[in-house]
Amino acid sequence: MQYKDSYLRHLRNQRIFRMVVCIIFCCISLLPFLILCMNATRTSEAIQSGLSLIPSTHFLENWKNLLAKQNGMQITLQRACLNSLIITVPGTILSVYFSSMTAYGVHVYDFKLKKYAWAFIMAVMMVPSQISIIGFYRFMLKLGLIDTYIPLIIPTIAAPTVVFFMKQYMESILSIEMIEAARIDGSGELRTFNSVVMPILKPAVATQAIFQFIAQWNNLFTPTVILTTDSKKTLPMFVQLLSSNQFRTDYGVVYVGLFVAIIPLVIVYLILSKYIVAGVALGGVKG
Amino acid sequence: MKKKKKKKVTYGKYGYLFIAPFFITYLIFQLYPLISTFYYSTLSYYKRNGREVISFAGIQNFLNIFGLAAGERAYVLQYLKNTLVMWGCNFVPQILISLLMAVWLTDTKVKIKGTGAIKVIIYLPSVITAASVSVLFKNLFSQYGPITLALKSIGLLSENFDFMSSVAGSRGLISLILWWMWYGNTSILLISGVLGIDPGLYEAADIDGAGGWKKFTDITLPLLKPIMLYTLVTSAIGGLQMYDIPALFNVTETGLKGLPNDMTTTMAMYIMRLYNSDVGKAAAVSVFLFVITLAVSLLLFFFMGDKEEKKLKKLEKQRRKAGAK
Repeated sequence: MQYKDSYLRHLRNQRIFRMVVCIIFCCISLLPFLILCMNATRTSEAIQSGLSLIPSTHFLENWKNLLAKQNGMQITLQRACLNSLIITVPGTILSVYFSSMTAYGVHVYDFKLKKYAWAFIMAVMMVPSQISIIGFYRFMLKLGLIDTYIPLIIPTIAAPTVVFFMKQYMESILSIEMIEAARIDGSGELRTFNSVVMPILKPAVATQAIFQFIAQWNNLFTPTVILTTDSKKTLPMFVQLLSSNQFRTDYGVVYVGLFVAIIPLVIVYLILSKYIVAGVALGGVKG
Repeated sequence: MKKKKKKKVTYGKYGYLFIAPFFITYLIFQLYPLISTFYYSTLSYYKRNGREVISFAGIQNFLNIFGLAAGERAYVLQYLKNTLVMWGCNFVPQILISLLMAVWLTDTKVKIKGTGAIKVIIYLPSVITAASVSVLFKNLFSQYGPITLALKSIGLLSENFDFMSSVAGSRGLISLILWWMWYGNTSILLISGVLGIDPGLYEAADIDGAGGWKKFTDITLPLLKPIMLYTLVTSAIGGLQMYDIPALFNVTETGLKGLPNDMTTTMAMYIMRLYNSDVGKAAAVSVFLFVITLAVSLLLFFFMGDKEEKKLKKLEKQRRKAGAK
């Protein structure tokens, strides 16, 4: 009896210890966001005087200062958000739709080059786009597409990782019989895909759409090369401006700018977190 | 069965139609630029008096980037070193802490409350725009930033220490940001890996009287090896392309040089610095980066071999089953 008691006590202590460590890690993950929120409500002088986790009342004042500083600039925070949306929404739709289509083509049909097509997609999955940026930039320059959104939207049609994920999902859920039934009903191949297959894929499409949206929204490298006019810049590019001399000295403004850039993402993430975390666990092993 | 196969063949041509958009887009926007990058690396291609001067340069660009030609410095090797150091200092703690989290959050004996919430919270940083995160951390750790001041007031830092003028400080902070952003992601991957391990193995070990550490080293670790290797390679490939965080963290106002003293400049920042002014050199740096990335990917296949690959597939299947539940 004594032995069992000490064992249970050991388990309980162990549980408390682990809980404390996990809570510390959670705090580390959340602390920067907390400081960001608090500092967005404080004046520049207060921010410079040191760390404080008590909110103040200067949020609107900081926001007005940001608007005043933006006045006369080609690019504003609101405009940058809008630009990012204009690029990211069609980019997300294109990548998810055409990736599903590609995965469907490889999964359902039998054709001569099928094996090679699939091997190609697997092989290029690991190739990062940064490497070909010089060729991409020169090519866009030749086509006269520099400083347009086309080079940022159209290439999203080819997203190997999304294709891979969608094919895996199809293997677990899509049966040939279903498609044949649609054929007997006289449905054309493309219509079968659009009206029979796509609805079945909805859960996977939603997950991949979230990940694509995040990836494209956060992209800084390619837009920096492609976009030259200030008024066309995206949100990450505006954030880059926040750390330039123009803003650097006014801490309240910098924090309120970062607040607007970061906190909406946090809120959307928290709403969708269930799907996102499940998606990470599922799409993990790609190799 | 036979009939089905015959039917598939008749519809086969639709397969090409369905995969056509992907392949056409990929060939135009990715493969052609990649190949032409190789081509540009053999050209001397720069602007003089507003006009582009183009000529064949052979391997001159490569001699230039490795500092083998007169008047050139081997920046690229320095930047590769910077990149690897900053990535490595983030990856080692990342994989260790993720392993710890994976074991703790899946432990059925010592159950922790709120594992779902913990996963959601530690994954949060990785969805936030890296550019914003970098600027935020820069403000938090600048000379009069709130965290620097707090660390000084409790005596952890000496009064006149400045992260931004210290090489170890700047590199360390970039590693810290990378770690902060990605350890949640790695933890979740490893957690799903542990959940995919047959619970019968642990039960058998329990009957044999194996302790927690023994179970970890003899069951968990060997079976997690494929996923850990995969994490290592994807992280290394991503790390080699590192741009957003160092490019916005501690740099000169113009020219993308990582302060202090060019010690936090990465390969991608170098390409960005050159792409408009010296195309040939930038292309040569890209080719160098490509070769290293390729070597890293090939290491995966080399280390994993057939046996490991089979294990991975098995593990993946188990994991998917666990996920389906």
